[in-house]
Amino acid sequence: MAILLDQTTRLLVQGLTGKEGTFHAKQAQSYGTTVVGGVTPGKGGTTHEGWPIFNTVAEAVRETGANTSVIFVPAAFAADAVMESADAGLRLVVCITEGIPTLDMMRALTYLKDRPATRLVGPNCPGAISPGKAKAGIIPGHICREGRIGIVSKSGTLTYEAIHQLTQLGMGQSSCIGIGGDPLIGTSFVDVLGLFGDDPETDAVVMIGEIGGTAEEEAAQFIRKTFKKPVVGFIAGQTAPPGRRMGHAGAIIAGGKGTAAEKMAALSAAGVTVVKSPADIGTAVKSLL
Amino acid sequence: MKIHEYQAKAILAKYGVPVPSGEAVFKASDAKGVAERLGGGTVVVKAQIHAGGRGKGGGVKLAANPAEADKIATQIFGMTLVTHQTGPEGRIVSRLLVEQGLPIARELYLGLVIDRAAGRPVIMASQDGGMEIETVAEKTPERIHKEYVNPATGLAPFQTRKLAFALGLEGDQVGKFGKMVTALYNAFIGTDASLVEINPLIVTKAGDLLALDAKMTFDDSALSRHPGLKELRDLDEEDALEVEASKFSLNYIRLDGTIGCMVNGAGLAMATMDIIKLAGGEPANFLDVGGGANKEQIRNAFKILMSDKNVRAVLINIFGGILRCDILAAGVIAAVQELGVRVPIVIRMEGTNVEEGKQMLRESALNFTTANSMGEAARQVVELAK
Repeated sequence: MAILLDQTTRLLVQGLTGKEGTFHAKQAQSYGTTVVGGVTPGKGGTTHEGWPIFNTVAEAVRETGANTSVIFVPAAFAADAVMESADAGLRLVVCITEGIPTLDMMRALTYLKDRPATRLVGPNCPGAISPGKAKAGIIPGHICREGRIGIVSKSGTLTYEAIHQLTQLGMGQSSCIGIGGDPLIGTSFVDVLGLFGDDPETDAVVMIGEIGGTAEEEAAQFIRKTFKKPVVGFIAGQTAPPGRRMGHAGAIIAGGKGTAAEKMAALSAAGVTVVKSPADIGTAVKSLL
Repeated sequence: MKIHEYQAKAILAKYGVPVPSGEAVFKASDAKGVAERLGGGTVVVKAQIHAGGRGKGGGVKLAANPAEADKIATQIFGMTLVTHQTGPEGRIVSRLLVEQGLPIARELYLGLVIDRAAGRPVIMASQDGGMEIETVAEKTPERIHKEYVNPATGLAPFQTRKLAFALGLEGDQVGKFGKMVTALYNAFIGTDASLVEINPLIVTKAGDLLALDAKMTFDDSALSRHPGLKELRDLDEEDALEVEASKFSLNYIRLDGTIGCMVNGAGLAMATMDIIKLAGGEPANFLDVGGGANKEQIRNAFKILMSDKNVRAVLINIFGGILRCDILAAGVIAAVQELGVRVPIVIRMEGTNVEEGKQMLRESALNFTTANSMGEAARQVVELAK
């Protein structure tokens, strides 16, 4: 089963003709993902690296049967691209772009509320992968291995770190979802935990949070009340100074709130195995199974 | 991006928020003239730095007349102002705001931020103005009144009335407050702000409402569409090394430890700091070199790290995935040779051609140690920094 991405995924790449878009479309295809084409307004009717290019997402969906899109368009246009793909009825939209203005994202999320059939993952995320099945985004396929551990994370390279540790220890992954480090995102920890909870092919979950906001506390509450599978948690930013934005737009301790200590305590209280060291994620999962 | 109080007041005034009359000065000797132009009566002299708690630190003082304003401006200008937000080193005051003094009847709080969980703007108002809102939130949360704004409809007049009555405003103050909140909301949306705060918002003895203090922070991701705002950045308020790093698109934050860090990705960079601390060391910085981690960026990153004289060892932690470790190693070797870096360097990298990369580092005859995991790298670098 896995979550969000599988063999039925038909992937459209918004911004396919750009450098990043081209590179990662090729990576996705060589991983086995069905990449059906791209959207670049003004370049419709042409082909790029063998893929058909369309002017609009709606047209691309009509012609190719795309059901998922991945967005590599520049920050100034990315929120618009998210709304366009929701308008076209895609079931999943994965937005990789970093640096989207918060108010743009706020408007896009408001727009998405009227289109519950579309799920947005990101922005400012590495995307998602279901090992052995399909990927949308920039997570390197070769570090993954098919298996039964789910990963959900706010960070990109830290996700790779977790995948790598699990793979080294012989534990594969069902799906790995990067939800993004922005203050406003489409899919939360709680959303992904819900999906993993319902997935019979996921036995345990690794959850990687970071300072800022309250998404980890909300996840803790969800885990305590309804989530039955074992969870290993890590929170980045235990040594981050307050009031400073640590790379990600959302990673900031504001007014003394959003600290790693608070989040680790909430997760521990909910029964999550919280590791202090990012090097211990893999071994902690192993000890739970 | 943060700006000064006088700059925030100028922006808010443009949107229709009433603010006291006043002028910013960049020399102490100009304060007297401002006080005279304001009518010769009581004025407030306020240090302009990007930190709260200025009053308690001695950076805000009343002057009864222009002569006293001159004296007080001379005292405050150039002083090192230490507040709970500046750290013990404080900030040197090089700008002052001289404003008319006003008879205050009440002090209220009004703020606007994006609520992350709700995904929309939230207006917060409290009858406890002049206090830190975090303290009010912790001790008496029932004294903070909130209204969430639907971005599709914008702020509705009934919402401003709900807040006004909750604050105990009456008569024409309710309408004045409504206009002020609406202006504040328009300023927030119009400038892509991430925070606007009026604390205190005062009700004068004559019943007028004014922003006695103002704070605005802007969304860095939206600054490119507000060229006028970018000019308000005050580089004197930022760490010189951080300013330098930002020119190279390096995400760098200076800390006070001895172990320099160079990492790709913000989450991994934070986690690297955390693991150094767990291994008994202190990180000297946060540094995200971004996804590229090419030769040029590595050289730039070393330049920044080596400018911090506290750095006794460096930990490079790069998880490339598709990045080629042999190319990374070549970049690191070149940078270390060109810049003459002398401190020991521990490298942990993952990606393709890892073994070639490690071999190149070992054979370079430079002071490199390679590690196979984050945990091992952290233990090694802490040992080397002793």
